Amino acid sequence: MKTQKNEHELFLRKNKLKKIKIIVIQVSLLIFLIGLWELAAALGWIDSFITSSPSRIVAMLGKLSEQGLWVHIWTTLYECVIGFLLSTLLGIAIAVLLWCSELLRKVLEPYIVVLNSLPKIALGPIIIIWVGAGAKAIVMMTVLICIIVTVISTLNGLMATDEGKILLLRSMGANKWQILTKLVLPSSVPTFLSVLKINVGLAWVGTIMGEYLVSSAGLGYLIIYGGQVFKLDLVMTSTVILCVLAAAMYFVVALIEKFVRKT
Amino acid sequence: MEILKMENVSLTYQTAERETKAIENISLTIDDGEFIALVGPSGCGKTTILSLISGLIKPSQGTITLKDRPVTGPGHGVGYMLQKDMLFEWRTIEKNVLLGPEIGHKVDDEIKNEANELLRKYGLYEFRKHYPAQLSGGMRQRAALIRTLAMRPQLMLLDEPFSALDFQTRLNVCNDVYNIIKSEKKTALLVTHDISEAVSLADRVIVLSARPATVKKTFTIDLAQGPLLRRESAEFGKWFDLIWKEVVS
Ligand SMILES: Nc1ncnc2c1ncn2[C@@H]1O[C@H](COP(=O)(O)OP(=O)(O)OP(=O)(O)O)[C@@H](O)[C@H]1O
Ligand SMILES: [Mg+2]
Repeated sequence: MKTQKNEHELFLRKNKLKKIKIIVIQVSLLIFLIGLWELAAALGWIDSFITSSPSRIVAMLGKLSEQGLWVHIWTTLYECVIGFLLSTLLGIAIAVLLWCSELLRKVLEPYIVVLNSLPKIALGPIIIIWVGAGAKAIVMMTVLICIIVTVISTLNGLMATDEGKILLLRSMGANKWQILTKLVLPSSVPTFLSVLKINVGLAWVGTIMGEYLVSSAGLGYLIIYGGQVFKLDLVMTSTVILCVLAAAMYFVVALIEKFVRKT
Repeated sequence: MEILKMENVSLTYQTAERETKAIENISLTIDDGEFIALVGPSGCGKTTILSLISGLIKPSQGTITLKDRPVTGPGHGVGYMLQKDMLFEWRTIEKNVLLGPEIGHKVDDEIKNEANELLRKYGLYEFRKHYPAQLSGGMRQRAALIRTLAMRPQLMLLDEPFSALDFQTRLNVCNDVYNIIKSEKKTALLVTHDISEAVSLADRVIVLSARPATVKKTFTIDLAQGPLLRRESAEFGKWFDLIWKEVVS
């Protein structure tokens, strides 16, 4: 018993060391890449007018923060989060509805398939005309990009519920609502979590695509604008901020997942 | 006293490709407190018979009555135990056991006490706050049985409840299940592939023909009670051969 415990401790310590090692390498790699980029720019190996450089990005950050950077960040973040929440909730609701009715499922199947393969960006002009060229259009684009995938993945998850368990509930006299709430939804929690993760990524795609299409503010707008006037510093800076935001949002979802798995 | 009566029951499954006649003209009765085993070649319609009795499907012909009331749908006095334990992984054992009453909106202190009493009697009380994944295969099967008992069934249907277990566990769980059902004075209808299991458990063994299932022969086993005793008895082999010949003939 005693030696077993020691062995376990050893195992834990080894595991921890491994984790620390990975993090150290990851951080070093990042520092190395940034350093290399800066060095290459400083020594003229690359043209920093085209590639920008870490120091120029920092300078640009300083400049931007005096010129309403927060407004841009806030705009994009807001559109992305609203689009994410809306498409996730709506998509799950639609999937549940489709689970409930076989008729509806069969009827809507071809529509969903077509909508899924349609490049949503093609709907840009229609969206602008319908809801106007503003944040609404961008949220709409985000929802369009996320929702079909949400519906399909969620429905697949719901339909994969163990038939035997459904049979058990039915033999107990359960109705459809009880089967849904006592079995299908709880057993689909892993599906919901993976849908959340997929949507975090897709929501950013939708938001930035929307901002490319129509916008007067936001990080997507800054990137497009920077490209048009050939200010690569602006493009790179906005991209870096975008990376940080996307990572932060993924991190939040990962935290939610960890919390849910615990309970 | 008669608990279940099936009279001239037939069932035909309809699918796009074909009609499948699963069972034909089956009549049988089960008395209060009996332990009946149904054996027959695989695919002959054994599960179909249980589905009919539980009210999950309706017969194409014939009538089924449970305690003199016609079976019209599921959820009335029949406890169905399936091959796998079908415990819900996200519920504690206690919550799993109370699933039936919950579905019937019958959870009250009385049923909770009853469930706790069953858990205590059959050695799962300390595990009531555990999740199924933390239990062994045999314990899980016992929990599934207690879940069935908590529905206060007049008749218990068991569809090859031991076939997912390895041989050693199987003998033990089989013995456990038998003792629990007997001590709770329940009536049981067990479906099995395993003739030795049927002989070791049942008061009567009903042999079915190949699909469509009809009752081929019924054997009343007059051996001592209890699977372990029976397996050791000298006549066990005789019964086994008799039934086996009937199944394969
Ligand atoms: N829902 C269904 N629709 C159509 N055919 C079915 C259905 N369920 C069962 N069958 C068919 O009816 C026949 C009897 O099936 P059943 O499951 O009752 O047999 P079984 O004796 O329980 O088989 P096993 O020994 O494999 O458990 C089989 O040929 C099967 O293919
Ligand atoms: Mg079967």
